[in-house]
Amino acid sequence: MSHSCSLLAPVDEDQEFHLDDYEGARARWCPGCGDHSVLTAAQRLLVDEQLKPEETVFVSGIGCSSRFPHYMKTYGFHGLHGRALPVATGIKLHRPDLNVFVVMGDGDCVSIGAGHWVHATRYNVDMVAMMLDNNIYGLTKMQTSPTTPQGYKSNTQPQGSWLPALNPIEATLGITNASFVAQTAEWIPAHLFATLQAAYRHNGFAFVRVLQRCPVFTADIYMDAVRNPEMIDMLDHPDGVPVPESLRQIYPNHLRHDPLNLSAARDLAADTSRIRLGVFFRDEGLPRYEETRHLPAHTADDKIRILNEELDQYAV
Amino acid sequence: MRLPRRAAPVFDGPESATADGADENNSNDTRTLVAEDTAVKTREQTGRAQVIRSTQCTVEVVSDSGEGAQKCGQTFGAVSAKMGNGVWTVEIIPAEIQPPPRSPAGASGNRIRIGERVVTNWGDRTNVCIAFNEQVLLARHRLDAIEDDAILLVENMWATHSDEDIRAEWTAAMEELGGAGYRIIEVPMEQECLTVVDNARKGKNMFALGILCWMFDRDMDLTREQIAHAFRKKAAEITERNHQLLELGYAWADENLDVRIDVRPGLSAENTLVMNGNQAAAFGAVAAGMEMAAMYPITPATSVSHQLGEIFYKFGGIVHQAEDEIAAVGVAIGASYSGKVAFTITSGPGLALKTEFLGLSVMAEIPLVVVDVQRGGPSTGLPTKVEQSDLLAALFGQPGDAPHVVMAPATIEECFHAMITARRIAETFRTLVVVMTDANLATGVQPFPRPTLDPAWQGSAPDMSAIPEGKPPYDWDEATGLSRRFIPGTPGGMHTLTGLAHDGNSRVAYASAINQKSSEMRSRKMAVLQSTLRPPEVYGAESGDLLVVGWGSTKGAIEEAVDRARAEGVSVSSLHLRFLSPMEPGLKAIFSRFKKVMTVEINYSDELDMPYITEENRRRGQLAWLLRAQTLVDVDCWTRVLGEPLRPGAIHDVIRSNVSKGGAA
Repeated sequence: MSHSCSLLAPVDEDQEFHLDDYEGARARWCPGCGDHSVLTAAQRLLVDEQLKPEETVFVSGIGCSSRFPHYMKTYGFHGLHGRALPVATGIKLHRPDLNVFVVMGDGDCVSIGAGHWVHATRYNVDMVAMMLDNNIYGLTKMQTSPTTPQGYKSNTQPQGSWLPALNPIEATLGITNASFVAQTAEWIPAHLFATLQAAYRHNGFAFVRVLQRCPVFTADIYMDAVRNPEMIDMLDHPDGVPVPESLRQIYPNHLRHDPLNLSAARDLAADTSRIRLGVFFRDEGLPRYEETRHLPAHTADDKIRILNEELDQYAV
Repeated sequence: MRLPRRAAPVFDGPESATADGADENNSNDTRTLVAEDTAVKTREQTGRAQVIRSTQCTVEVVSDSGEGAQKCGQTFGAVSAKMGNGVWTVEIIPAEIQPPPRSPAGASGNRIRIGERVVTNWGDRTNVCIAFNEQVLLARHRLDAIEDDAILLVENMWATHSDEDIRAEWTAAMEELGGAGYRIIEVPMEQECLTVVDNARKGKNMFALGILCWMFDRDMDLTREQIAHAFRKKAAEITERNHQLLELGYAWADENLDVRIDVRPGLSAENTLVMNGNQAAAFGAVAAGMEMAAMYPITPATSVSHQLGEIFYKFGGIVHQAEDEIAAVGVAIGASYSGKVAFTITSGPGLALKTEFLGLSVMAEIPLVVVDVQRGGPSTGLPTKVEQSDLLAALFGQPGDAPHVVMAPATIEECFHAMITARRIAETFRTLVVVMTDANLATGVQPFPRPTLDPAWQGSAPDMSAIPEGKPPYDWDEATGLSRRFIPGTPGGMHTLTGLAHDGNSRVAYASAINQKSSEMRSRKMAVLQSTLRPPEVYGAESGDLLVVGWGSTKGAIEEAVDRARAEGVSVSSLHLRFLSPMEPGLKAIFSRFKKVMTVEINYSDELDMPYITEENRRRGQLAWLLRAQTLVDVDCWTRVLGEPLRPGAIHDVIRSNVSKGGAA
């Protein structure tokens, strides 16, 4: 994501922002919820990038994770279930200079709002789109989501989820004009931060799936991976997210993957026998919708003149 | 040329044409289309054509889809407007893109009603019809769209077609039509056009236009200009060929027809625009300073975005075609939240899909304009046909209590101005404004006074000056509920907007007192807006036996019917509402001056003589529901859902029967 337009900056150019400049209401997620890690990483990112709170908007849908904007001290838009992406697109079409972050759950992104996920990916509007994926509907108390593992029991599918889980990374990589597709995990804060930073710095629509545990309903899904870093492959490349120094020893499996290689990315994503974290694909050369549609502003008098010319064609 | 079997006498119109002896070509009885059979003679016999003078006349041009009847009708309408006639043009549209040829359901074309003075609606039945085959003509006949004494001109190539089935269809159709007593004239369109073009299918429309130009004595230079304009994007030889076909039709008519119709231009065409309601809404949006139209294609609303697609970029505006109806309104809301002037355009099924976002716009007080170009419903309904059945959905379709503004322009001209009003209200009151038009306004074409554009309509950039510390994002004025918008980018205004119940600080709040208070604030704004509205004007006398109340596109037809009834001495007036929420003030007082009040609408209502229907279970017209609830007056209704605009003659009948049975009692 590009940096803020300096022309629109307030007078106080030298103001330095600290963590508490970004802290909103106290987070009320369950203890142990992965959302806390994402919130911390996002606040750290804003400090690191020194983003002006008034020029930053967090847009969310509905669900546990969508309370996110309330816990930030930026502008926030806590709208409708599944509909964060169109709202964010509207904001960027008018104000491409604003830093826009979208926070969605798995229900938001790949279920009720799946159409918007496909098309927002294709629009490639410059923003960070985080899918906080805990594989379950938490706020409504444990219903199967599209990413619930097959066989996993829930209140709506007590005999176990009937179908294989949807693979959001593989699917996003299949969408034309996808420009940044990454996966990270809430229990690896250094990687989470590095991934969000790469997403923010990407020029275009940066889709980040954050693997998460819900301590109440899906605590067990990633238990083995949390305990055993051997189960995880870190995608490593200077153009993606280089494996952070602090993690190189703990996570011994590094896969050298050039994020410009789309077919390799698709193969890596399709193989669900391993958990792979990092940037699958990244291409900044793709068209961005808000840039394509950008037009110069006109004065009111100009518009009246042009409108009169247009109306002349309908004059009797 | 075939002579008529029977000549029916009267030209039906709002008022009978006045005799004008000064015109040497006038027949003595100008009300008579043809006095009697023998009055119709060939030109060879009389040496000149009979001229019928009338204050108004309705013409239809119908063909299979793709044969250009609409171009013919539109050109005829535009030329008539430019000559100073009142004009109302409406499309006759099949629901399918390419219906099978020669099928009654595929009838496509235009109805053009012209008058000496302003024409406000499509009229009753047509007086003249040019048909490119007998099946589409039959379709109009079966829809009761043709006046008893109408002149019908029909392509006769089908009579001698090589396909035996077609010849049989022709014979059967002509028998059915012949029985109705119309004056049918066979025209060898194909044969004539082939003298100019190789493919007559592409040329009959201009030939037909030539015939109409002769019959109505249209200015041929203007017509040639209009054709050149219509084909300006095509090669020059196309215009030239069309001019040839036009002249061929004119010459054929001069040679073979013996009746002309004189509807004198009685208006000044100075400073007048001609367009349809969707175009007017599009231009209105530009005049209102709108910067974004977010939409998803849906009939009959889409052509607003076609018009904007052509011009909006010149003003820095964008048409965002979203992936679906929900995303369209979502993008508009996101843009509006960040300070852009955005609106969305849709029709019934799309309005349903947008419902949740409309509720959010109300709850979070994000300004938004939605244009609902109504079509027949429920569900997919009648996509290309007019109806006014979205009213209650637009008013109350959002779950929860969602006070917002609903407006309805009544004319094509008002489609333009409504956009300017809607934007101002949306921003001033931080509210949702639904502008309801319909397929009749959307596709009807009418001249109207050219508006003098005001730069002030463009509005000013929203206030983005720093917010003083401690000022809440919903700093509701206790009396009015109004508050300043906090737009992203504004220093000091950081907060999280939410669709959840919230307090003045936009903090999620489930406390009962807070929900009561914020509901009150959102509702109060409607009362404040209502206090700025003027009581509606009564058309006709201020009191009487019957008051007809309408909304939206029916205004012209209702007022024409009222005029006819008042001319007969019936004590009837009408009233047309532009605001449905909040409603214009003073209705109860106005209603109290009439013995009976009834609505006339294009939506469904039960009638009391239907099986099982009682006063208690009767489903009424949608405006009638609303007026009864708001005024406690026993408002009756008459409604129809025929998939076409109401005819003034039908409303006239309703007025007569209601005054004689109810009102005067």
